[in-house]
Amino acid sequence: MLRYILKRLVSIIPVLLGISVVVFFAVRLIPGDYATVTLGTQYTEEAAAALRQRYGLDQSIITQYFIWLKGILTGDFGFSYISNQPVALLLFSRVPVTLELTLFSLLMAVLVGIPMGYWAACKRNRMPDSAVTVLGLLGISIPGFWLGTMLVLLFSLTLKWFPSGGFVPLSEGILANLRCMFLPALALGVAVSAVVMRSSRSAMIEVVDQEYMKMGKAKGLSQTRLILKHGVKNTMIQVLTILGLQTGSLLGGSVVIEQIFSLPGVGSLALQAINNRDYLVLQGTVLFIAVMFVLINLIVDLLYCVVNPQIRY
Amino acid sequence: MKEENNIENLLEVRNLQVEFATRQGHMHAVRGVNFSLKKGEILGLVGESGCGKSVTANSLLGLVGKKKHEKVTGEAWFHGENILDKPEKEQQKLRGNKIAMIFQDPMTSLNPVLKVGRQVGEVLEIHQKKKKQDALEEAIIQLQKVGIPSAKERAEDYPFQFSGGMRQRAIIASSLMCQPEILIADEPTTALDVTIQAQILDLLRELRDTYKVAILLITHDLGVVAELCDTVAVMYAGEIVEKASAGELFSHPLHPYTKGLMACVPVLGRKEKLIPIPGQPPKLYEEKAGCQFADRCPKRRPECSRDTSLLEIAPGHYVSCKEVGRIG
Repeated sequence: MLRYILKRLVSIIPVLLGISVVVFFAVRLIPGDYATVTLGTQYTEEAAAALRQRYGLDQSIITQYFIWLKGILTGDFGFSYISNQPVALLLFSRVPVTLELTLFSLLMAVLVGIPMGYWAACKRNRMPDSAVTVLGLLGISIPGFWLGTMLVLLFSLTLKWFPSGGFVPLSEGILANLRCMFLPALALGVAVSAVVMRSSRSAMIEVVDQEYMKMGKAKGLSQTRLILKHGVKNTMIQVLTILGLQTGSLLGGSVVIEQIFSLPGVGSLALQAINNRDYLVLQGTVLFIAVMFVLINLIVDLLYCVVNPQIRY
Repeated sequence: MKEENNIENLLEVRNLQVEFATRQGHMHAVRGVNFSLKKGEILGLVGESGCGKSVTANSLLGLVGKKKHEKVTGEAWFHGENILDKPEKEQQKLRGNKIAMIFQDPMTSLNPVLKVGRQVGEVLEIHQKKKKQDALEEAIIQLQKVGIPSAKERAEDYPFQFSGGMRQRAIIASSLMCQPEILIADEPTTALDVTIQAQILDLLRELRDTYKVAILLITHDLGVVAELCDTVAVMYAGEIVEKASAGELFSHPLHPYTKGLMACVPVLGRKEKLIPIPGQPPKLYEEKAGCQFADRCPKRRPECSRDTSLLEIAPGHYVSCKEVGRIG
């Protein structure tokens, strides 16, 4: 087990190296570099050259990459060109917001999506199943930006139950914090729940047809107990996989939702960095998201052995 | 047709009918089946695939007949109650408790993600409200009884760590936990290889001798029937066409279908060609009066399209064929 984890961790290194290359060069493909964007209408050749020299952007692109890579290996992600703050610090001030948003959306998916999916599977081809299927389709199809806007219109502007945006950290009161997270978490959670619901429904449909479920029934188990004791654990591989993928993408921050609700999360940090051509911040952010993805995948793989005894590493 | 009205009968099935509404149309899978089961008796229900033998077994436990497109009618008397009429909650109390069932494929009948011991002991948790730990301890004892070596350790194993024969033993152990009066075994040896088959059959016979449990054995294998059964009922197209003690049936098969079945079984060392029954069993979507076997029957007569009730030809030997009845 420990060997497997180590092996997986080692295999992450080439993946991250590859990502670092792609990120680094892709960022520089954006038209207009840092100097042109910052100077704007006051652009002169001299001023631009001075700016580029100041941030080492005048060196060859390969040299720049290796300087950045060397920094990362020593734990130095560089500074923001705009605020002069270390990238690592910027990132860590944003992570809690994204983390909270992720947790709430996941919670909704687990508490709403999974039970509804199972319920639909048990009532297959009947009313509840059709209702859940339609809801799932709606949840997946409705774009987050539209749902977010509608939620703001209804709950913030008309009913005035929740703030329309902004972030209150946990340290300034749990209730205030929850109030400002509710709508964004709901807007994001709907799509996640829909995806999770569909996969738990299809997983359970597969399981209820298995011979051991019939055996359980012949043993005298009630339908509820049969599903809970014999069904759920057998669907977990599929459900965990989907949950893992969703968590990975949620941790990357939802650019759109964070923008609509003006939440200072990882997603909005990345968007700002793109607009300002703040290369080092953008590179650091994308690399962070990649690491999160890979780690979540590892955790999901390890959880497989908990739910399926046949999987051993 | 009341050829048996014995109070000693543990289970008495009368005019059992099972119908399905399918996309291809209405299907009449079981067409008025009658049989009875005495304490400690092993009754074999024989027939080819699709003749309705498994559906018969499943409907007795209420595993068929609960959905909108399934319909079960008739009676099954057990301790003075018609168990087919009972509500689902009451049937649940019988299942795995008084009437247990084991299935064809031991490879898929156990839940792959739960420990074997838990699955064997589970029935005690359901029916006798025993605690997990107590149920497990009794499960270990039962596993030992059905011949699982070092049962204590093996109870902690998962099904994939068991061989096919061991899994079927574990399933049998779980079916015995509540000391059922009736054990329905739906092709319990079909998925196993021959040596393991013999062991499982020995185990079933032992159970009957020790616990006096009545066994309804469903099989298509005449060898298994000869080996184990006291009484045999031959099913064809949803009906029982012949019923007799095993000895009587094998020495004097009367119904042309039974004779045909026996002619299909190869005998080691005999070089004669096997004679298959010509034609196909009828589609159960069609309702046809009279003998269902008539189309394939070498002794077909015009009157075969009439009544098919069972006649008692010799004491305890019933057959539905009028041609045979007339001669006999």
